Amino acid sequence: MSWMTLSLTLLFVFIPLLLSKTLNLGLERDTMVAALRSTIQLIAVGFVLKFVFDSEHPIFIILMVLLMIVAAVQNARHKGKAIKGITWKLFVTFVAIEVLTQTVLLGLHIVPATAQYIISLSGMVIGNSMVLAILFLNRFTAEVEAHRDESELILSLGGTPKQSINRQLLKSIQASMIPTIESQKTIGLVQLPGMMSGQIIAGADPIQAVQFQLLVVFLLLATAAMTSVLLGFLSYRSLFTERMQLLKIDLD
Amino acid sequence: MNQENGDIVSPSPAIRLDGVSYRANHTDIIKKVSGQFPTGNITALIGPSGAGKTTLLKLCNGLISPVQGGIYIEGKRIEEQSPLSVRRHVGIVLQSSPMIQGTVQANLALPLQLRGKTLSEEQAIATMERVGLPTSLLTRDARELSGGQKQKVSIARTLLNESKILLLDEITASLDPSSLQEIEDLIVKLKDTEKITIVWITHNLEQANRIGEYFWVMVDGQLREVGTKEEIYASEDEDVKRFVKGVLS
Repeated sequence: MSWMTLSLTLLFVFIPLLLSKTLNLGLERDTMVAALRSTIQLIAVGFVLKFVFDSEHPIFIILMVLLMIVAAVQNARHKGKAIKGITWKLFVTFVAIEVLTQTVLLGLHIVPATAQYIISLSGMVIGNSMVLAILFLNRFTAEVEAHRDESELILSLGGTPKQSINRQLLKSIQASMIPTIESQKTIGLVQLPGMMSGQIIAGADPIQAVQFQLLVVFLLLATAAMTSVLLGFLSYRSLFTERMQLLKIDLD
Repeated sequence: MNQENGDIVSPSPAIRLDGVSYRANHTDIIKKVSGQFPTGNITALIGPSGAGKTTLLKLCNGLISPVQGGIYIEGKRIEEQSPLSVRRHVGIVLQSSPMIQGTVQANLALPLQLRGKTLSEEQAIATMERVGLPTSLLTRDARELSGGQKQKVSIARTLLNESKILLLDEITASLDPSSLQEIEDLIVKLKDTEKITIVWITHNLEQANRIGEYFWVMVDGQLREVGTKEEIYASEDEDVKRFVKGVLS
């Protein structure tokens, strides 16, 4: 696709702008910012990726993955600001998941150890993990605050912090995983996944594209489970004092 | 027991507070409270709403910690004991104590489960009899019980920890007269036969007169008066006089 052809797709941006203006939705500015930011960010990433792929140097691959993790932490941490040390807890979670998934993928030679594969798959893993972390933190802090009476009852009877919020913790882990599981149940029927569509458009064999997509599906299922569980168990203790007292959670 | 400078002095109080203050959301809720709850008695903790009574009970159960001062459970500073053992020894029944999802038996089993133990059939029956509830209720959904029955289950649940001190927060506030009488009888029986020390928050001065042997009157986070019923009625403190007069009228 040439840059000229790409510029024609800007027509799609005019549609929401026109609708917003006509219906007084007040979304013109946000739409413009979204279009502009995605253009600049993606073009910049395109050039960075080209440089990294060409160099094939491990340090650039690691830096690129680290950049993704830092951006994901930055994005997710606001949702868990009530949890002390949430920044490093998210960082540890994302790094652990990245290390684990790449160990399996590269260790078992499922994909070649090249920048092209490592960075693309890392982006999917970390991106999915970030969304899961946001969903989990949102639900978890709300659940704990909503069932404060129950937690205090268990604590007052001599229960441990873990026992006092176990139900809320498991419920939040479950709730944050449901969207991933549900969307994967209808994959290929309701929507063709982005990566698979991209490969097919680029001329790849559909069966080959499906194989890669299945790899991603299984990877994201594992990521979903690991993110919520790891983050949940790293976080819950921070909601209590050293004397096992439940702290007040600021949900704003 | 005697009284010195307005403080009740007991040779071995169940709980002693020494200059205890508590602050939350930039507000002083408990202000330098010193006093004690005598062992084996019922202390009626009274005072207007917002006086800090519930906060005081939570401090004694270790659900919150004071910002200043010391709390001593049977002579030992609370911080020197594990939070878990303090909470099992000093049971608390809050007005808002919820029933957990499940049957009455599941609710009774909770304190034991938390210690990795199970509630036997015999224990369940004995506990129901101890608080005057029919054993046929054991299989009922706890959330469907009447207010009085729920409060009895809450008390029974706390007692299964073998607590020697029981803190009660307005547990009869929303009960009909017959349920109220049953709970009062139960608490007096626990004190008399099992030598459990009771601290009972109540808004009802008549109830405090019926069950209380000693009184604490709190106003605006401060302990304004302690002593016997007669001493409370004879208080010189204007806020205490106003509270007693207001409640009685």
